[in-house]
Amino acid sequence: MTESAIQARQLTRHFGDVVAVDGVDLEIPRGQIYGFLGPNGSGKTTIIRMLCGLLTPTAGDISVLGLKIPTQAEALRLKIGYMTQKFSLYDDLTVAENMQFMGRIYGLRRSDARERIEQLLDRYALAAMRDRLAGAMSGGQRQRMALAIATLHSPTVLFLDEPTSAVDPENRRDFWEKLFDLSDGGTTILVSTHYMDEAERCHQLAILETGQLRNHGTPIELMGQLDGRVVEITGSSLRQVKEQALQLPQVQSTAQQGLQLRVLLRRGSTDAVGYLREQLGNTELSIELTKPSLEDVFVASTGSGDGR
Amino acid sequence: MNSMRRIGAITTKELKQLSRDRVTFGMVVMIPLIQLLLFGFAINSVVRDIPIAVVDLSGNVAARIITEQVRVTQVVTITAFYDTPAEAEAAIVAGKVRAALVFPENLMQRVTSGQPVGQWLVDGSDTMVGSALLALRSMPLLLGAGAPQDAYRMPDPSFEVALFFNPERRSAVNIVPGLAAIILTMTMIMFTSIALVREREQGNLELLITTPVHSLELMVGKLIPYIFVGIIQVTIILGLGRLIFQVPFQGDFASLAIVTLAFIAASLTLGLLISTIAKTQMQAMQMTFFILIPSILLSGFMFPYEAMPVPAQYISEALPATHFIRLIRGVVLRGANAAQLLPDILWLLAFTTIMLAIATKRFRKSLD
Repeated sequence: MTESAIQARQLTRHFGDVVAVDGVDLEIPRGQIYGFLGPNGSGKTTIIRMLCGLLTPTAGDISVLGLKIPTQAEALRLKIGYMTQKFSLYDDLTVAENMQFMGRIYGLRRSDARERIEQLLDRYALAAMRDRLAGAMSGGQRQRMALAIATLHSPTVLFLDEPTSAVDPENRRDFWEKLFDLSDGGTTILVSTHYMDEAERCHQLAILETGQLRNHGTPIELMGQLDGRVVEITGSSLRQVKEQALQLPQVQSTAQQGLQLRVLLRRGSTDAVGYLREQLGNTELSIELTKPSLEDVFVASTGSGDGR
Repeated sequence: MNSMRRIGAITTKELKQLSRDRVTFGMVVMIPLIQLLLFGFAINSVVRDIPIAVVDLSGNVAARIITEQVRVTQVVTITAFYDTPAEAEAAIVAGKVRAALVFPENLMQRVTSGQPVGQWLVDGSDTMVGSALLALRSMPLLLGAGAPQDAYRMPDPSFEVALFFNPERRSAVNIVPGLAAIILTMTMIMFTSIALVREREQGNLELLITTPVHSLELMVGKLIPYIFVGIIQVTIILGLGRLIFQVPFQGDFASLAIVTLAFIAASLTLGLLISTIAKTQMQAMQMTFFILIPSILLSGFMFPYEAMPVPAQYISEALPATHFIRLIRGVVLRGANAAQLLPDILWLLAFTTIMLAIATKRFRKSLD
């Protein structure tokens, strides 16, 4: 058995004429939190569904925990937990009933299930609302319950499809604490998101756009790729400077952040500050190199499409 | 063992959801109750108390005797007397009466020569009313002491007439068992077809199919609660049918249970098949009605099977309701036992097996 929890080679999925996923290669090590970062429609959900065996790939090979997917998908069921993008538990059952139901579906013995449910209610701060209907809970509470249920049968791999899309920042931080606890216990977690702050927490990241893998690596590596290409400009009439900068061939993108204009230069650019100072010809501007952020990585990897 | 646990989990969950959905839960009881009262009282193929007028041009005592005999059949209620046929026709056109009985001036002469004694003017727009009055055409008449017994010819006795004139002949006896078939067709197919589609619509299915649950376990687990629903409904219909409409129960309970369970199983699996085809609850409802309408019209519930044209009979044979109507009328009204009704029972069981097989095959644990 390999060290990788999940491997995919040239993974492709068509829906009619639409290519949802296009030749994606993945290698996800065991015990890591692996992030899928990409805009809506970039193929994140489709890839997760294929990895779980819910969708049959049009082409490509998948191996999860050494099992061929989708042919051996049934054998995988007990080893994975899946948290769908849309809340998929029963609104008209209480928290405890939902957990009991899924426990029995996973074949837990009654006494084991009871013990495990108590443990999870406690761990995910749900004990007080165990008899509340799932439909009557807040987004954050539902998310905790969904995660508790996805881990009910102690799976080796967790698939979380945009788990925090309906959750406020406070609850999101708590949620990630739980993910690190799980990861610490050896669980491999694949999580999709379109929040940069979440992506930054992952051990490794894959950046997806229109079904293609644009970039991958640890957040540090990815940001390191952009060293020397991100420049901060401070000064007056930044809107005009922005227009001017966007005309320059070396400039890939600009984004205003308050009183600063962040400029991303194309790959291969050298002496970014000097280049901009010369081209913009405005001596009143302060132009400095700055530390690349994950957002810069995202913009550099996607958008204009010329990538790394 | 795990399989039983999973089926049990789904059944328990389904029952809990059902008990929390007050509207649906109420429907389980209210549909049979209301429909029974509605159909039991309203659907009456024995036409009674049709308002008619009498036009007596003869002024003869025989006219009064015959009128009285027509009146006691209870098929008609005499609401008016007119002097001329023209006035009676006007009353029919105006909808005041549905028919008029006209005695000619030469009534006594007709009586003695065995000719028809009078003429019915009938509003034929309602065929049921029309045929009820047409049946009166050949009713036997007795003129009693007022006329010589051998002075007229008795019309040949006709059994249709006899049936109609039997005051104990009540539609409810025929309607109630048939109604059990219609109500079960409606509720069983609708509940199951919606049950699975709802899980799909609300996204529950995406989670369920990543679990170890097998398609067949999911299907069976979802069907079990509705078997109980079906049994409750049949009990309500037959119980109240007996209490309110005095529908006799000639058969034995074991046979009733066998034929009812066979039909419930057939309807549930049909609903399940629909749920694997329908994408939304709306579509599931539409497909349910697609089955329900022919089940009402072509199953023998409304019109006798024998009266249908042959192509309609083929359709009729393909409907589970047709077979169940034969079965339940056999058990409830004629006291037949399950062994005597084996072909229809076997048909339902074969139907169930085929539907379950197709539904399980169609329902793949995949989102493809």
